[in-house]
Amino acid sequence: MLRLLNLELQKLLLNRASKVLIFVSFVLPFTVLILSSIKINFFGFFTLELGELGIFNFPIIWHITTFFAAQFKFFFAIVVVSMIGNEYSNKTIKQNLIDGLSKKEFILSKFYTIVFFSLVATILITVASFCIGMYYSSYTEASIIFRETNFIAAYFVKLVGFFTLCLFFGMLVKRSAFALAFLFILFILENIILGLITWQSNFELAEKIQNFFPLKSMYKLIDQPFQRIVMTKFPDKIDLTYDYAVHGYEFLIVLCWTALFLFLSYRILKNRDL
Amino acid sequence: MESILTINNLTKKFGFVTAVKDLSFTINRGNVYGILGPNGSGKSTTLGIVLNVVNKTQGDFKWFDGNVSTHDALKKVGAIIERPNFYPYMTAAQNLKLVCKIKGVAYSKIEEKLEVVGLVDRKDHKFNTYSLGMKQRLAIASALLNDPEILILDEPTNGLDPQGIHQIRKIIKDIAANGTTILLASHLLDEVEKVCSHVVVLRKGEKLYSGRVDEMISSHGFFELKTEKQEELLKCLENDAVFKNIKVENGLITAFLNEPMDATNFNKLMFEKGIVLSHLVKRKESLEEQFLQLTDNN
Repeated sequence: MLRLLNLELQKLLLNRASKVLIFVSFVLPFTVLILSSIKINFFGFFTLELGELGIFNFPIIWHITTFFAAQFKFFFAIVVVSMIGNEYSNKTIKQNLIDGLSKKEFILSKFYTIVFFSLVATILITVASFCIGMYYSSYTEASIIFRETNFIAAYFVKLVGFFTLCLFFGMLVKRSAFALAFLFILFILENIILGLITWQSNFELAEKIQNFFPLKSMYKLIDQPFQRIVMTKFPDKIDLTYDYAVHGYEFLIVLCWTALFLFLSYRILKNRDL
Repeated sequence: MESILTINNLTKKFGFVTAVKDLSFTINRGNVYGILGPNGSGKSTTLGIVLNVVNKTQGDFKWFDGNVSTHDALKKVGAIIERPNFYPYMTAAQNLKLVCKIKGVAYSKIEEKLEVVGLVDRKDHKFNTYSLGMKQRLAIASALLNDPEILILDEPTNGLDPQGIHQIRKIIKDIAANGTTILLASHLLDEVEKVCSHVVVLRKGEKLYSGRVDEMISSHGFFELKTEKQEELLKCLENDAVFKNIKVENGLITAFLNEPMDATNFNKLMFEKGIVLSHLVKRKESLEEQFLQLTDNN
């Protein structure tokens, strides 16, 4: 396993474009996070301090940081599709197989890399959230700090799931730009189906079905936190309540998709003549 | 003899096109094999199948004694297919390091093999700055990294300039001299003739011949003759059942033999008939002539 990971890391880290993108995908969310956590004084007119809003309180900070950091996953998605696209355009995939890598090992080396970077991202976001939280949070009892840390697990699963989807599209179309286009098409398609079902029956049923779709199920792992922030400000408004928690079945759906995409990527490669 | 690769009734279809049809042959240790065939005869496809990049439709093949999986067997094989495929943004040394990781070979081999192909002074240059000849030599270095039991080369001199071709051929000959089994696919016949002891001839995916180069067609060779009494000689040859086919070109008579006959006997015979030869050479067909004969007649 380490051999395969090592192999793929060499391919990625010696490539300037992917090195930059990996750097951006890790550094950007932290810059945003750290910038948002400091007190910004707008030329003496007013001071903006997001910490005052209570968004850096435990346990809600886990929800907020993972939600925002997940928006930056797109940068690494480019890396994932291009690491497949490059193998095809340089024909190095063929050479790798001739040199004695099995098709299974080829896919696994890509998958391990995905898991590795998702893990690094998860660890970084955990440490950063913890530090910011300890600094700003009004409550620092251990029981409160570690409540809702399942958002961290959700973040990890969400990243692995999304990147495996990218891996699958990369294997399917062989070209990075087309793979990204497919990702966008899938997003539109999911919404069209949502619209169709709503039209045929009702929105509630449609959304329930949509929660099983790949992109939506990944999104559902970490729901948007805005409504929750408003809820904390106006606890008496009942109509604002919604289900933001991370559920076991949500994990299960995403893990199933991940396994399926991984398997399909392997099947595509296995049946393809290079 | 110990077999390295055995192919049994291998067939590959691309849609309606049959690229390889019911192909069988065996590669034994220590020989230098050539796979000959015109473009599109299924050479590359056959190599692709045994190298795990093309899926077979029917039949089977086994590496070594058949107890190892194909991808493990490939770790003991060195192969270059069509064009050199490397990561353009990596240097030669980095590219070879990656191959070492795949094959599980010590990094110390990199320097050694770059020496063999004469690229040591360029090892820290990026692959995309290399000329085609250098790329091809790097590919050979990469294939040699694991000290392979068999080296497979698919059109190794394709697209190279004469110096490049010469360099590559010299490297191949040196490798063959070390006792490494080599399988060379090519449509360049003089190339195969110069290095190979055995050939497999393919046409449209079918095997026409496999065996030693010098036994390719059942031929007893031919005489090239010149004399002042051309008319008499021709008459004499036509009446003799030993010769099957006589050609005259620019005063040079070429007479093909039906049965064995050496030059001394022939010379004596002619002299007895009063014909004095000014030019007498006994030759066997070159591989090119044999190949054309084989691919045309069938």
